[in-house]
Amino acid sequence: MTEIKKSNTMLEVRDIKRDYELPGGLFKPKKIIHAVKGVSFSLERGKTLAIVGESGCGKSTLARMLTFIDEPTSGDLIIDGEKTDTRPGHLTPEMRQKVQIVFQNPYGSLNPRQKIGDVLGEPLLINTKISAAERRERANEMLVKVGLGPEHYNRYPHMFSGGQRQRIAIARALMMNPKLLVLDEPVSALDLSVQAQVLNLLADLQDEFGLTYVFISHDLSVVRYIADEVMVMYFGEAVEYGTRDEVFSDPKHEYTRSLFAATPRADVESIRARVARKKAASAA
Amino acid sequence: MALLQIDNLTVEFETASGWFRAVDGVSMSVNSGEVLAIVGESGSGKSVAMLAVMGLLPWTAKITADRMLFEGRDIQNIGASERRKLIGKDIAMIFQEPIASLNPCFTVGFQIEEVLRIHLGLDKKARRERAIELFRQVGLPNPEERLNHFPHQMSGGQCQRVMIAIAIACDPKLLIADEPTTALDVTIQKQILDLLMSLQAKNGMGLIMITHDMGVVAETADRVVVQYKGKKMEEADVLSLFENPKSNYTKALLAALPENATGDRLTTVSQYFDGTPEPAGTSA
Amino acid sequence: MADTITDIDNSPEALSSAALRRKMLREFWFYFSENRGAVIGLYVFVALVLIAIFAPLVAPHSPFEQYRDAVLLPPAWLEGGNISYLLGTDPVGRDILSRLIYGAQYSLFIGVFVTTLSLTSGILIGVIAGYYRGWLDTAIMRLMDIILAFPSLLLALVLVAILGPGLINGMIAIALVLQPHFVRLTRAAVMTEKTRDYVTASRLAGAGPLRLMFRTILPNCTAPLIVQATLSFSNAILDAAALGFLGMGAQPPAPEWGTMLAEAREFILRAWWVVTFPGLAILITVLAINLMGDGLRDALDPKLKRS
Repeated sequence: MTEIKKSNTMLEVRDIKRDYELPGGLFKPKKIIHAVKGVSFSLERGKTLAIVGESGCGKSTLARMLTFIDEPTSGDLIIDGEKTDTRPGHLTPEMRQKVQIVFQNPYGSLNPRQKIGDVLGEPLLINTKISAAERRERANEMLVKVGLGPEHYNRYPHMFSGGQRQRIAIARALMMNPKLLVLDEPVSALDLSVQAQVLNLLADLQDEFGLTYVFISHDLSVVRYIADEVMVMYFGEAVEYGTRDEVFSDPKHEYTRSLFAATPRADVESIRARVARKKAASAA
Repeated sequence: MALLQIDNLTVEFETASGWFRAVDGVSMSVNSGEVLAIVGESGSGKSVAMLAVMGLLPWTAKITADRMLFEGRDIQNIGASERRKLIGKDIAMIFQEPIASLNPCFTVGFQIEEVLRIHLGLDKKARRERAIELFRQVGLPNPEERLNHFPHQMSGGQCQRVMIAIAIACDPKLLIADEPTTALDVTIQKQILDLLMSLQAKNGMGLIMITHDMGVVAETADRVVVQYKGKKMEEADVLSLFENPKSNYTKALLAALPENATGDRLTTVSQYFDGTPEPAGTSA
Repeated sequence: MADTITDIDNSPEALSSAALRRKMLREFWFYFSENRGAVIGLYVFVALVLIAIFAPLVAPHSPFEQYRDAVLLPPAWLEGGNISYLLGTDPVGRDILSRLIYGAQYSLFIGVFVTTLSLTSGILIGVIAGYYRGWLDTAIMRLMDIILAFPSLLLALVLVAILGPGLINGMIAIALVLQPHFVRLTRAAVMTEKTRDYVTASRLAGAGPLRLMFRTILPNCTAPLIVQATLSFSNAILDAAALGFLGMGAQPPAPEWGTMLAEAREFILRAWWVVTFPGLAILITVLAINLMGDGLRDALDPKLKRS
């Protein structure tokens, strides 16, 4: 909490773009796909930005650029006040440790042949010189923080449920004390009851470590619950960007409105209205 | 007389650690023109029960039931050829992964005409006409042209429309939809649900909607069965389920919805529910 | 809000790592033993290993001793047979049963040596090709295609002709012929695994290419490789026998099964047992190992296990 004075902006993205080249065949020309077409935003320390959109809108590509998995075609990435050189090989280890990612599918993001303890210890083993005993201790501490326990240290991923695996994935992301966590649909593969627990855990961890979240989701009810700011993406462009209340109470863009209209409502009033409509229709 | 009546259905599978009971003494019934939602999280046995009705489970599964009646006819002990006549004609099913449910080697036209040929014995010209009419009914633009498309040339939503067209090709009396919109985006989900509901209302068929999404339940169902770990926890009409849930599990599920969040943390299931599948004292 | 530990999803019960291993082993055996043929194959293979190890104790005679008074005796249950030579004797009076028992040593040695050699080199090349892709991958795979384009026995023969006949050279030649299968398999497995999220996560943790290749990815590719290894084991025995039969593998008087067949070729019509029993030995061994490989595939294939 001592770094707040430095600058309050954790992440700034300026006109970031990403093109994919589809290799052409013998007779067809090369094709360029603009996955992200110039997105800009800035995010304050300790806040959560939700990026909403449907499949193919470029939100996952954006996440991969923010975590240096993919290199942006153009645009700037300013993290913690520092302009990042995203070219492969130019990224400093310090920068890499500042940003971590949690993937959507907890069944694919953990190495099936690696014990949980080794999953958590790996970042420490590679990046630091601390002893095996201390690595173990830190991994156990982190397990407790995410709601698991030291008794899980020697287990393999397949012995855990989806929700527990996602906790482990979160723990791994936090091992190097990152400042920015990119969450790529972290709860969409989970059951409703487990989803609530993981969302609570994320909120607890944000308070405890002062983390900044970029939360990628297609689920508006989750976004409404967790986000401070919301950005709606549509075909690679940010069509709507503002605080949560602005976006939800007064959506500007046509697409945002259709997205809201399509979201199923589970409140009693709308069910009553629907049941009444159906009765009227069958009576007629 | 109910369209489909199941009494005390139990399904077991053999695993390395003994017999696993996927469905445990579940009873339910559906009437013509009714939408029954079976809601539950993963592992609740909601799909397995319906696959057992369809006779689609592998031979290793042990299925027992006091009664399994379709239109008053026993479907538990009928022969394979008898069952084939029933399934796909009077009982149809659509699945979660629309693209994977279609055979990638054949055009969608061939696949829908195959159903028409086998079950209705129509000649070539009549099949073609009926296929075009069905495609029009499910809202596929340019049906004449679409018939010659392969599944990979279409989007997920369009493939699901084709699946629905195939399912309703023989005017089934009962349609079982197993998570029909889970793999789709919200805006497409809305379209598919609207389509299913309008077809159901028009044809007066019974519809069983298997889902994990309370929003989908709220938007579609007349009556709801809540399942947990293979047991039926509650059965109620949709309005009273949301307004006044009887079982602790249902209460917990509703409380865990992000849109029902009060304060800055979500209510988790464990606050209501201790994990023992104890059905509430309600019956059909 | 300290309710996070009480996940209602079933938490794994506390297990020590020894108990854990026992549980995994039990699970493996459950799926393996569902395949009856595989279990029979396993028993036959274990028996073969025991016979090979204890050959000096089991064999009634020396494999090289020539009993001049008992040349080409038929098996014991036929007229003119002698109970001391259970499966009869060969044209120079050696006990066939003893030679077969000692031959098991050769076969197993060939299988182990060839499989190890082709497996390790195949994995190494395959991981590199699958991980780096690009021109390196193309070059390696075209080379492997060329090797695969030859009939395997013919290529082995050519190699032996260059290296000179003998068991060791024969084994090296067979290993070289079998190795492209491992390269292809490893490459395909590495390519699919490489796109998985856990590999990306490991890369984000700072893991270098060597660590990614051999610590992260390779352990997840073992299941198809183990199956292929058992099949190669039987293939190696078969090919070695063929080389021996053609006079290019193990040299007489070694009691290698293929060589035994070759030596007895001219007596096929007069004394059927001199060719039948070595042939049967090869057949049974190869069949047993292949059946076992089938069972391994069932037990190790994660797709069949998901329930």
